[in-house]
Amino acid sequence: MTSTPGAPCVVVLDYGFGNVRSAVRAVERAGAEVELTASFDRALAADGLVVPGVGAFAACMQGLAEVQGARAIGRRLAGGRPVLGICVGMQVLFAEGVEHGVTTAGCGEWPGRVERLRAKVVPHMGWNTVDPPAGSQMFAGIAAERFFFVHSYGVHDWLQPSGERIAAPRVTWSSHGSDRFVSAVENGPLWATQFHPEKSGDAGARLLRNWLDTLRGC
Amino acid sequence: MSVAVRVIPCLDVKDGRVVKGVNFVDLRDAGDPVEMARVYDAEGADELCFLDITASSDSRETTYDVVSRTAEQVFIPLTVGGGVRTVADVDRLLRAGADKVAMVTAAIERPQVMAEIADRFGSQVLVLSIDARRNADQPSGFEVTTHGGRRSAGLDAVKWARRGCDLGVGEILLNSMDADGTRAGFDLEMLAAVRAVCTVPLVASGGAGTVADFAPAVDAGADAVLAASVFHFGDLAIGQVKQALRAEGQPVR
Repeated sequence: MTSTPGAPCVVVLDYGFGNVRSAVRAVERAGAEVELTASFDRALAADGLVVPGVGAFAACMQGLAEVQGARAIGRRLAGGRPVLGICVGMQVLFAEGVEHGVTTAGCGEWPGRVERLRAKVVPHMGWNTVDPPAGSQMFAGIAAERFFFVHSYGVHDWLQPSGERIAAPRVTWSSHGSDRFVSAVENGPLWATQFHPEKSGDAGARLLRNWLDTLRGC
Repeated sequence: MSVAVRVIPCLDVKDGRVVKGVNFVDLRDAGDPVEMARVYDAEGADELCFLDITASSDSRETTYDVVSRTAEQVFIPLTVGGGVRTVADVDRLLRAGADKVAMVTAAIERPQVMAEIADRFGSQVLVLSIDARRNADQPSGFEVTTHGGRRSAGLDAVKWARRGCDLGVGEILLNSMDADGTRAGFDLEMLAAVRAVCTVPLVASGGAGTVADFAPAVDAGADAVLAASVFHFGDLAIGQVKQALRAEGQPVR
């Protein structure tokens, strides 16, 4: 880790799933000091935690369990400390995932189910547009850009009721053909993207900078 | 809006250098792969593809190094093919920074390896690369070849694509060995035949010569278009291809 005064410290959680090298490099490029580690303590201590993820929901939950990932995420959020989930790292934040008829419990930060996409061509692979709500911090300056997606599963229904006492999460949607799914969520300290900002060129770099702007420096 | 048609420059890499020749013979040197990757990224390439065309074991370390240096500098998806045989090979390439791996020969020799890779890393990392050519003896009229088109694999190309999908591949890269290097356009009939049996993304490869060649490939069912020599030798720019696609009503980034 190089030392840049004022740069936020970010941990990319290394639990065996995800193109972690790309995530580390992209977050570094966006201006953070990045540590790739499976350490629970380091994951808690960082200014920001990135939870990457590719592959199967069940396998990722198993991998997360081995590094107490769900607990680290929950502890951070309880303290209002930022977490960014990417791809399957977003999917596991929901209540459950269904693959090949088998349901696996997720981290349960949000209600809802991750299920097979209904589009004609799956995986949904490539650069797609996003439809962020007004006031999105995540997509500030990049709401009209395309981002790189590669996934076969998604969340079709946002089920969290809007409360009167807390700010409603900002939910961003995308469509693959006629199949509409959640492509990003901003929920207080918990942000997540179904697409890969680390593979989305300059637009992705800006998104990561927007996230880093929500962290305090270390 | 919908997902954009991807325009993918393919870099054939040998001993750490980019090469490409007409019909895979008479190779010419077109530069440093990392530098080429940066240029293509800046030009708007949606993805990059490296094919290690020698893939002898002694050059493999060079390939990992090229992949790693590219992933350090280029923040768009990278597919790597050539000599990928095992789950361990895939693991190593992904760790070096590849996002997807493409298989040709090893998948033919032992199809089950496709399921093993898809189970371990997910379908999205695995591209089945099919080097196909016309052969009236196969039911679909297209056969699978190996060794850069020099040998027949004795398989029907359309059936083989379907088999790959059934075994869990996340994408088909369909390279016409008849059209490769001719710059006479993609093999549209072959694309349509494979599209009809597969629900994974389909990448058209082989035969691109002018900007007008790309939109018909998309109409025939391709989700992405790949080319090598027309980009390497400066005959076409990525932006020109996208402009032509857009003019035909196709979504591009």
